[in-house]
Amino acid sequence: MSETIEKAIEKVKEPNEPLFSPKNKRLITDPLNENNPITIQVLGICSALAITVQVKQAVFMSLSVLVVLMAGNFLISALRNLIPSRIRIIVQLVVVATLVTLVDLVLKAYVPEVSEKLSVFVGLIITNCIIMGRFEAFAMANKKWPSVLDAVGNGLGYGVILIVVAVVREIFGSGKFWGIELFGSASELTGVYGMGYMNNNMMILPPMALITVGIIIWIQRARNKNLLEG
Amino acid sequence: MKFLENLVIKKIRPNFIEGGKFENFYSAYDALETFMFTPDYTTRTGAHIRDAIDLKRTMMMVILAMLPCLLFGMWNIGHFHYLSLGEASEFWPNMFYGMLHVLPIVVVSYAAGLGVEFIVAVKNKHAVQEGFLVSGMLIPLIMPANIPLWMVALATIFAVVIGKEVFGGTGMNILNVALTARAFIFFAYPTKISGEIWINEAGSVDGYSGATALGDLALTVGKAQNLPEVTGIMEKFGPDGMYSMSNSIIGMIPGSIGETSVIAILLGAAFLLFTGIGSWRIMGSMFVGGLTMAWLFNLADANAFMSLPPLHQLMVGGFMFGMVFMATDPVTAAQTNTGKLIYGFFCGVFGIMIRVFNPAYPEGVMLGILFMNVMAPLIDHYVIEANIKKRAKRLKLQTA
Repeated sequence: MSETIEKAIEKVKEPNEPLFSPKNKRLITDPLNENNPITIQVLGICSALAITVQVKQAVFMSLSVLVVLMAGNFLISALRNLIPSRIRIIVQLVVVATLVTLVDLVLKAYVPEVSEKLSVFVGLIITNCIIMGRFEAFAMANKKWPSVLDAVGNGLGYGVILIVVAVVREIFGSGKFWGIELFGSASELTGVYGMGYMNNNMMILPPMALITVGIIIWIQRARNKNLLEG
Repeated sequence: MKFLENLVIKKIRPNFIEGGKFENFYSAYDALETFMFTPDYTTRTGAHIRDAIDLKRTMMMVILAMLPCLLFGMWNIGHFHYLSLGEASEFWPNMFYGMLHVLPIVVVSYAAGLGVEFIVAVKNKHAVQEGFLVSGMLIPLIMPANIPLWMVALATIFAVVIGKEVFGGTGMNILNVALTARAFIFFAYPTKISGEIWINEAGSVDGYSGATALGDLALTVGKAQNLPEVTGIMEKFGPDGMYSMSNSIIGMIPGSIGETSVIAILLGAAFLLFTGIGSWRIMGSMFVGGLTMAWLFNLADANAFMSLPPLHQLMVGGFMFGMVFMATDPVTAAQTNTGKLIYGFFCGVFGIMIRVFNPAYPEGVMLGILFMNVMAPLIDHYVIEANIKKRAKRLKLQTA
């Protein structure tokens, strides 16, 4: 009896809240800045280091994570009352593994060259802390629509950092953007290379991704004093 | 002198103190003033100064110690330049040619590094820290003579910002600043810094490329010892070869500007030890560490590089320079006396190990020291813990 009443109340309440209420908007904007999954929570660093050598890879990686996170958050949120809490991690893993397999197959079918470069890192989305973190922390306790918004926010927050790092690394590491040569040909010494400029090999190495992320964190904290610790 | 003092103190200074036109730039002004005049203020709180020496003067001592290396480096560049042209190598033309190549690097290194220091000081409103005086001199000494100047500037800025300022400035850095600059170029632009260094400009008849001793040795790794190409290289290390023991010690080998002459380095070392600035524990134990590792490789004798006599192994490349000027950096080295011995020993061991095991990284000493820089706080921690334990035990014995 009481359950049906509660459900009825919920159903009555739902349409009252506008789709993009201030609370819901914050779900999207927070992860972009003050609660960014990479620069503030320092999650998902592994893929941020590994696949940011080229912008193209980074964009497809961000899209994959965004799609997986959105669909996953929606599914988990829909199932949240059915999942026994003792086996919830396994259920979450099954959901994310299914979605990642789908994304992987789609990438292989339509952009095989990108899929080849991303190699194992698409599969590793399964273990991406951001995704499991959002499932555990948000989708398990919230309704479907806020969960999807939360997924969009976190996916974009992850993607923005990934793409910024990739832009820096591709421009300075290989002198290219989206595979297009910016400064002339490095092997034939045309353009800027003729004047003695060289590509920075260190940008291609993973440590430089870490340093770039570090510099982004530095800039972000310098601009937003709320984030300063102690 | 009185005239100068009047000019600076009375005319220029008011512009910079609070309320003056350029008050924001006070730190920049202060840094320049203290070069010329003793500061007119004294420390107000309890200080622990035992000596008239301060950081700026310590740094000047180290720079003095580096002068022999710098001067010899200039001569060395000229010497190999004229040698490669097939002309007679004479003292003054050598020095002049070398100076033309070395001075721009020194100027760029100081300009870039001090530029960053001044900006940071003005922004954070603290006095300009003196830490860069030595780094600015060390950086040119560990660069090959024909390194493009923009790379020096970029590496210096990277090293000062990422290596030092983000950790809190002078005295707070984990990694040696000069070595960070070199490591940056080493990984970013490997073709410009290791293996073959160009002694002659490409503009002349045909650019003459001279491999360094380590660059040559790296070629022997992975090849049988009796191959003609390997024995050819090893002959250069024989008594009559280009990299013979005596040539390596005097410094008649190509290499980075300051690293070639062991004699010049030892002059600097003697000066550092005499003034008490350099630590004999680090220098000594690093020498022993390198010697031990080279000797172990001798026993293994798996390739031609390993079979190089231990002492000779230490004389080529940057080992001696790193030992005297890099490993002894008081900020990044271990602080405890026992810690210094352990730190130095492993600097030597890793330096030689990386050099021999990985032909892609001929300058293993740099990486060895950087690695031990990171480990130094850990070493200190355990040395102190051990000391506490020892004393606690003694206390127990006494009370029991």
